[in-house]
Formats: sequence, C-alpha cells, structure tokens
Amino acid sequence: MDTRVNPKKPGLKERYAAMTRGLSWEPSYQPRDKVFPFDKYEGIRIHDWNAFADPFRLTVDAYWKYQGEKEKKLYAVIEAFAQNHGELGVTDARYINALKLFIQGVTPLEYYAHRGFAHLARQFGGDGLRLACLYQSADELRHQQTETHAMSVYNKYFHGMHESNHWFDNVWYLSVPKSFFEDAFSGGPFEFLTAVSFSFEYVLTNLLFVPFMSGAAHNGDMSTVTFGFSAQSDESRHMTLGIECIKFMLEQDPANVPIVQRWIDKWFWRGYRLLTLVAMMQDYMLPKRVMSWKEAWEMYAEANGGALFADLARYGIRLPKGWADACEGKHHISHQAWNTFYNYGAAAAFHTWVPETEEMKWLSQKYPDSFDKFYRPRLEHYAERAAQGKRFYNGTLPMLCTTCQIPMLFTEPGDPRWIAYRETQHDGDTYHFCSDHCREIFEHEPQKYVQSWLPVHQIYQGHCFSPDADPTQPGFDPLGEVLRFYKFNLDHDNMDFEGSEDQRNFREWGGGQDAKEGQL
Amino acid sequence: MSITAIGAYDFPAKDVVGNFPAPLLYLGWDQHMMFCAPFAVPVPSAMRFGDLVTDLLPRLFGEHPDFSRIDWAKVQWFRSATLFSPDMDKSLAEQGFGHKSVLRFRTPGLEGLRGSFG
Amino acid sequence: MSNVFIAFQANEESRPIVDAILADNPQATAVHSPGLVKIDCPQRLVIKRESIEEQIGRSFDLQQLHINLVTLSGNIDEDDDQLTLSWTH
Repeated sequence: MDTRVNPKKPGLKERYAAMTRGLSWEPSYQPRDKVFPFDKYEGIRIHDWNAFADPFRLTVDAYWKYQGEKEKKLYAVIEAFAQNHGELGVTDARYINALKLFIQGVTPLEYYAHRGFAHLARQFGGDGLRLACLYQSADELRHQQTETHAMSVYNKYFHGMHESNHWFDNVWYLSVPKSFFEDAFSGGPFEFLTAVSFSFEYVLTNLLFVPFMSGAAHNGDMSTVTFGFSAQSDESRHMTLGIECIKFMLEQDPANVPIVQRWIDKWFWRGYRLLTLVAMMQDYMLPKRVMSWKEAWEMYAEANGGALFADLARYGIRLPKGWADACEGKHHISHQAWNTFYNYGAAAAFHTWVPETEEMKWLSQKYPDSFDKFYRPRLEHYAERAAQGKRFYNGTLPMLCTTCQIPMLFTEPGDPRWIAYRETQHDGDTYHFCSDHCREIFEHEPQKYVQSWLPVHQIYQGHCFSPDADPTQPGFDPLGEVLRFYKFNLDHDNMDFEGSEDQRNFREWGGGQDAKEGQL
Repeated sequence: MSITAIGAYDFPAKDVVGNFPAPLLYLGWDQHMMFCAPFAVPVPSAMRFGDLVTDLLPRLFGEHPDFSRIDWAKVQWFRSATLFSPDMDKSLAEQGFGHKSVLRFRTPGLEGLRGSFG
Repeated sequence: MSNVFIAFQANEESRPIVDAILADNPQATAVHSPGLVKIDCPQRLVIKRESIEEQIGRSFDLQQLHINLVTLSGNIDEDDDQLTLSWTH
C-alpha cells in the first residue's frame, strides 16, 4: 500500500518567488524594447534585474488581506469620530486650517503618486520592481481616499475644504505641490523613482509626516492621527523601496552614479522647497505646538540624513548640493512663509492670523537667532493695524520663482536682510529664481521649465477668469473675478481667522478641549 | 543642449511677451520684507520713469510706514543687480527695461519696521 | 555600530509582539510615546513567529505584523518563521 506523503508546504520565500518572479517571462513575439519602451532612454543601465531585492515578500493575497484589515479598523475610528463630534474636540478652530492645507496641498499628491507608480508598474523591465510599484500605486490611491474620508468630517462643519480638487488645479499656492509632482512624473521611470521613492519617501518623509501627525495628536484630532498610523505601515514599505531602489541603481553600473547624483541634487532641493508649507504649518498653525520646524529639521534631516549620505558615500554619492542652504534656511523659512500667507490672506483658501503673545514667546525661544530680530516686528505691526481695523492685506500679485513656483520670499543664504534674486537667459527671454539651486534645475532642462504654468503670469494672461467674466465692463474687479474663478466662498474660505464663521461656529457649538467634558 | 526625452521635445514658452497685455516688470523695495516678495506688474514700456515713481510705487509700497519718509534724492536704483541713475523723463524701454526686467530700489537709512528689514 | 529599529502602533494586538521581541533580543529597548512603541536594538533584531504564538496562545502569520507596523530600519530578511532586521556593514 502506498502511504500518501504530503509534500512539504512551500515557505514564504518560495511562495513569493513562485507567485511573482516565477510567473514572469521574457517577451518573444515582440522585441523586448518595444514591450518596455521607457526603461532605457534615461541612460540608466540595468544589467541584471534579478539583483533587485524585493523589500517585502507580499503576495497579492496577503497584501489585500492585510490592507483590508487596516481599512476596517480605520473606518471604524472615523465613524466613531463623526458620531462623537470629534471635530469639536480639537484644541482651537485655528488648528483646522492645518487640515485645510493638508487636503488642498497633500492629498492630491497622493493621487499623483498613485498614477506615477501605476506607470512604473507597467514600464519597468524587472518583475520584482514592477510588483513593488504596483503595491505602492494601490497604497497611494488608498491614502488619497482615506485622507479624504478622514477630513470629510471637518468639511461638514468648516470652510476651506469644499473645492480642494478645483483649487489644486488653479489656485496660486497650490501650483507649488502640483508642479512638483508633474515635474516628477513627466520625467522617466528612474527619475520618478529617485524623486519620489528615494528623495521624498526616504530622505524627507519624516518632515512631512511627523509635523502633521504629531500636530494632530497634540491638538485632539483623532481622525487624522488614526489615518496617520494606518498609512505609516504602508510608508514603511515605501521607505524600504526607496532605499532598495537607490542601491540597486548605483550597484548596477558606475555610469548610473552621476545621473542619480544629479537627480538627488534636484529632488532634494525641490522636496525641501515644497516642505516650506509644512514648516509654516508646524510653527504657526498648531495651537498646541509640538516641536519647531528647526528642531524637526535638525532631528530628521541633519541627523538622519547625515548618516544616510555617509552610508551612500561608498557608491560615490555625496550630500545634495543644496544641503548647506537648506540647513541655513531652518531659521527662516517658516516665518517667511507665514508672512506670505498673511500678506495674501484674501486669496488663500484658509485663514491666517497674528500669533498670540504666548505663541510669539515660544517662537522667540525656538528661534533665538532670527525671530525677535527679523520676524516679530512685522507680526506686532500687523497686530497694531488689525486692532485699528486696518488689517494688512497685500493687493498686488507677487513675483514667483520659475522652478519651485513659490513667491520670491526667500532671503540670501547667510544674510536674511536681502531677498535672494537669481536670473538666467534662455532663447531670448529672462527667467527668475529664488536660489542658485532652482536656477540650476532650470538650466539643466530649460525646455521643460519654460512651460511652467505660473499662476501670477496666467492671471495676467487672462486665463484665470470664469468664461462669463467681461474685462471690458466698467467696475471690472480683476482680483474679485479671480476669486470667483477660484470658487471661493468669499469671507468664509479666505481672510483673517478673527471674525470668521469658523471661529464663531466653533465657539457657539462648544468646541475646544475645555468643553470636552460636556460631550458624549 | 538637447533634453533627455523619449521622443521629440519642443514646446512653446508660456510667458513670452506677446501673451501679456504689457511687458511684465518685477519691482522690489530692498529690506522692506513686510511686502513678502517683489511684485509682478504688467507695465507699458513707454511709461515715463518719473510716472512710475509718482503713480505706481505709492500704490505698491505706500502701506509701509517708511514710505512717507523716503528721501527720493537719496534712493538707489537697480536694474537687476546693476546700480543705475534713472532719467525721470525717459521711458522704461529707453532705460533698458524690457519684458521680465527687475527694478529694485534701496532707501539708505530706512531699515524697515523697527529696523528689522521688514 | 548602528541601531536597527521597528515601531508599532501601541494597542492590544501589538503588545504580545513587542513582548516576544524583547524576550528574544536581550539588547533591545522599547520606548513608549502616545500611540506608538519603538524598539531599538544594536546591529540585529529577530522577530520569531513561535515566540509570538507562545505569547498569544494561538497560531500567528508573521505577515500580520504589517497591520500595526509604523516604521522600521535595517535590511530585511523574512520567511514564514522569522523576520530579521540587520545592518551588514
């Protein structure tokens, strides 16, 4: 009699190999380069795709199972938050403006990342990397959706969130994140990987996530905190992909090193400039403050980043060119950015305000070398004007940097008494930049950046009016027409926090942490 | 230098002068960063420099407490980083200002709100 | 010598995982902050499925770690029985 012998169940590594690499094949009906037309033109040489070390061994069934469990937990918390009116449990209605900035400027980037990784999941010639990108594409779509759900509770009660997709496409300050991502995914797949997986998801990720998520935790926003933790487990996979892909490219061929270095230089700087919005949020928009931008930069960029680039030195990679200027900027950029949004508060889809006395004391302590000398006098002047009923609003459009698209608010590295002006010529025209590094990015690929959709220039070209706007009519108000095109709920989405409906409502509804006892 | 691209890559520049109602001029008052950044304004190139000073600058910068204290005889004028002496009766175009030129001015002795350069 | 680390959401599901890790890695230390527990260990950290099963009294699929994982650092080696984080240089 034959005894049935059960074959040994394949282990995780074997199952993963069988279900991924084992299902792949080399094309034979069409030339390989016709099936994968995108993965050579950037000049990155890959000799052995099998050398890519898959960061985690998740088969698709495991992926969906665990993502599904995370979703069930997350949505249960969001529901409980909504049922218990958690939106009234935040410290202060000013905090909600940080969430407005998040849904306007960060959430759409998740969608762009989803699209970008979907492209990579199709176009890379290596199956391990394709699969990692496919998971990341699904993760990023998940993030866009879960963020939207988590914030939707607030949208029921507060302004500044209702048209976030339209604003992302059109409103002046949101061209900063939009152009960042469009630059990334109009590059090739290897550049996208360096820009997003390495520079953003590995080098700079903590500087986006920690300020928003610990800000949420300290200001009573359980909905966002729960989203944050739920997304972080996806982020650990993204981080791992980031470090694996950079090592893979650098190890495959020495010719790859200078190409990758240039991308690291470019994307470190573009990512750093994008984080200006986060710096401002962290120092000015959290009623209960956690740590300053300067402290976060020292912890997550200088300490962690320093160790990382020391490790990559063995490949011939050095610190990004803009590193020193980015570190110098830690004393200044949050204050300069808040000043900008205060100036243009009539045209921003979130409220701005002068910090309270205690808050300014905190800023003095955290910025001993810069706040009292350069930034406190402006804020005190604004407070004096507001007290006289003459709140300062800047009514003329600003000059923008062609590359990062931020107003020219940055000062000379090492001398904050002067705005930094840089310019270059291309094809008979002059182009302007906030820094050496933004200029260098332009000069390397001018044909790309001459296409920059700069909001201020587009407004002057008449492209930011509703179809029925008529400039020939007497009393035509260009700024008013732009805000109408923006679909702003005037005086509710924009203007100062003081006197706003958000402020009034939050108070009338019993919001704030002192009022928590009275709730379910 | 040709750009690394998967195919032909040749697209029009978005900000050529013909796309604007008048050439763009960027204006900045150095060391007065209460105005967070220099301004961008379309200004006809035939505009007399003196008219720019008397009509446009007060509209852009008049809200600053230092503005009324400016001694116009002592102002330093720059076209980008180059110091120059404007002729108030000549036009912007005649004095080298074209599309996307930068005009900066400095007011020695006036150092912004409480001397903070803001 | 560099630390490897792994961080979990602090909840009832991750508590036995953390306990198992600390039992198996004598040099590991756990730091608790609001909602988060982070475990640091010099050079190398091993997470064993069997140890977790001992803690919870039922079978456990090691990939369930993903549900409560927040972040980690180190080179990863994983199979059905263990997940190891290490720095090799």
